[in-house]
Amino acid sequence: MMAVESDKVTADVVEVSEFPHIAQRYRIYAVPKVVIDETLEFEGARPEEAFIAAVESVAGGPVEEGGSPQGE
Amino acid sequence: MPILSNADREYLSQVFAERLVDPVKIRLYTQKLAQLSIPGYECMTCRETNELMEEVASLSDKIELEMLDFLQVREQAAREGITEIPAIVLEGKNKGKVRFIGVPAGYEFATLIEDMIDVSRGTTKLQPLSREILGKLARPVHIQVFVTPT
Repeated sequence: MMAVESDKVTADVVEVSEFPHIAQRYRIYAVPKVVIDETLEFEGARPEEAFIAAVESVAGGPVEEGGSPQGE
Repeated sequence: MPILSNADREYLSQVFAERLVDPVKIRLYTQKLAQLSIPGYECMTCRETNELMEEVASLSDKIELEMLDFLQVREQAAREGITEIPAIVLEGKNKGKVRFIGVPAGYEFATLIEDMIDVSRGTTKLQPLSREILGKLARPVHIQVFVTPT
């Protein structure tokens, strides 16, 4: 649903039992497991607010990479 | 033999008739049947996924199915970030990218149908605050949800 609402979002549902190398790479022992930008991960379903907050913590707010925003 | 039962087909036809608004395209990266026996490169669930998506697409005029042979469109697949098959990319009024990797069976089938409806309408059931936050994201983000068929 998030990818329907935002052009910034790519959302994949991955049926991991078909792809053991993916399960291994992301250390998947329980499903559902969510991985956001290879950095933030959690297992189990989360309420909408918590899920959105997780996405925002990774992709929201001012740009952090490359120093301060006014540096350019 | 069809994968979907008559009752399923009837139910889905009705759901699509009532809830699909604009056309939705299912782009399926897969292996075509003739190639399913390439040694060392066998897609275990492509055949089932091909059949399932053909059945789903037959249930509404608003659903277009584009089946692509992964091995023959590798550049396009790479541009879309597709590295595994079967892979489904949904196209319609969605702003971001909605994809399913692996056969959408079990509970994921219901998720796929709901996503098709959202993509067709360009709206979701997310709360207004969630939509506002998503609309203001500063950077692209890749969300992967790993599931198993249940």
